[in-house]
Amino acid sequence: MLYDDLTRELRGLYDRSWDSFGMLVLELRAENLFGLVSRLRDEFGFSLFLDVTAIDYPQRAARFDIVYHFYSRTHNRRIRLKIQVPEERPTVASLARLYGSARFMEREVHEMYGIEFTGNEDLRPILLYEGFVGHPLRKDYPMEMEQPIVTYRK
Amino acid sequence: MAMRMEYMTTKKDELVGWIRKFSLFPYPFVTACCGMEFMAVSSTLYDTDRFGAALPRFTPRQADLLMVVGTVSHKEAPILKRVYEQMCEPKWVMAFGACATSGGFYRNYAVVQGIDKIIPVDIYVPGCPPRPETVIDAIMMLQDKISRERHPIFPFEAQQPVKA
Repeated sequence: MLYDDLTRELRGLYDRSWDSFGMLVLELRAENLFGLVSRLRDEFGFSLFLDVTAIDYPQRAARFDIVYHFYSRTHNRRIRLKIQVPEERPTVASLARLYGSARFMEREVHEMYGIEFTGNEDLRPILLYEGFVGHPLRKDYPMEMEQPIVTYRK
Repeated sequence: MAMRMEYMTTKKDELVGWIRKFSLFPYPFVTACCGMEFMAVSSTLYDTDRFGAALPRFTPRQADLLMVVGTVSHKEAPILKRVYEQMCEPKWVMAFGACATSGGFYRNYAVVQGIDKIIPVDIYVPGCPPRPETVIDAIMMLQDKISRERHPIFPFEAQQPVKA
């Protein structure tokens, strides 16, 4: 069983593991991410980078969860990785060197949550526009706030 | 002796309005799901050609009715503004659907809360999306508005009122 092999082989690289509706979830620290994902890709066939996103917990000490999903085409299994990062230093290693598609998705997480991906040089806004202040998917971004490009009439 | 109509009397304003209202060339600025309803309206079943408004011109320079169909985001607003400015006078704008009218249910960082914050709007069509009958009603109301417009010859500035 792939998940048993994973939890056994990767012990030490992650802190906690559990089952989420049949999918393996690993919680790990930011410094272990690159090494763990390299092994996932090269040894276990997780060749597809599905998604990276973040979750904002404003009341928690480590404010953000960064969530990764990978898919193994050889085993037909998915895996989820979770990393907690604090607001003062929301930094994690970029996976752009392992998966080319990570480049765009990290840009989106960067503009929406303000997460820094070290190693990704091109973190320009991808959905937002130049000059946009703040990170709109953070919980403390004011819901009514508008940043129009075109000046309004009247 | 056969009756022959050789002349008719009318007012210039009414004549100009009558001509204009039956030659609406719409430019569909379609950005979202309302576009599906726009396709339904422009299909044969509802036949907007009855109102002279059937032939979309896919360049704003040849159009005189700008139909803003769908959600307009802040990032897209400069494009809409430019399209509007490229249209020649006389021009009219229809806000098609709840999003173009007021932002709809999008109250967030991305969406313009109604295109009338950017360009002047002549007629608003409610609905999410609007029924084809609503759109046809809006076209007819717009035609009424066009036919009621006055076209004074002097002074020249008043002939082309700046709407912005």
